[in-house]
Amino acid sequence: MHIKNKIYNGTMYVVLCGELDEHSASHTRIVLDDIFAGGDFNQIIIDLSELEFMDSTGIGVLIGRYKKMKTRNIPIFICNPSKHAEKIFKMTGLYEIMPKIV
Amino acid sequence: MINSNFMEVNFKALSINEGFARICVAGFCVQLNPSIDEINDIKTAVSEAVTNCVVHAYPAQKGVISLRCEIEGDCIKIIVSDYGVGINDIARAREPFFTTKPSEERSGMGFAVMESFMDNVEVEKNDKGGTTVTMYKQVGSVLQVGNA
Repeated sequence: MHIKNKIYNGTMYVVLCGELDEHSASHTRIVLDDIFAGGDFNQIIIDLSELEFMDSTGIGVLIGRYKKMKTRNIPIFICNPSKHAEKIFKMTGLYEIMPKIV
Repeated sequence: MINSNFMEVNFKALSINEGFARICVAGFCVQLNPSIDEINDIKTAVSEAVTNCVVHAYPAQKGVISLRCEIEGDCIKIIVSDYGVGINDIARAREPFFTTKPSEERSGMGFAVMESFMDNVEVEKNDKGGTTVTMYKQVGSVLQVGNA
């Protein structure tokens, strides 16, 4: 898993690149928490256009970040999910807490 | 068209082997002419089953995960077995959002994803300890309909 990020106009943009499963989950949590800890932003957009695979472990990782950001009143949005990721998001109800944006 | 085939592989219950298991099954399934969606469904279900073994089956020393795939006609049968501590209450473990490790940010959706992405999922206790998950999926049906 490789993670790219930048802040633009108060928005933290994050791109997840690679596979998000049990093996990469711990690294992903640490890197995202580190990224979200600094900088001046009031919302987060997670771009999944370069995510090649994700299972339900990824859902746990995303919900964990949602809970942490909720304490700071920072919403998280999802964009560019694959058809496969979309299927998991819909069945788990993730979009109810992390809305999809176009 | 191959009517019957199988493959079997054993590996250590390490998370790094999840990707290997996914690729292994996906590669074996290619002979059924699956769609991309079907391959992604199967890879996800395999990943969930193997993750369960990695996370829950062996709390102390990591043991073995057995992965077997069988093809009968246009159906793939995937069997994932561990020989670890087993699941006390299988019915409860299969409930959506149920997890024994909420502090580890587990979604508790592993079995729900397997059931959603495969045609049928069976979970059984092994006689000598551990758990066996057996999953079935008809593959290539879209292609066959298109060719009919």
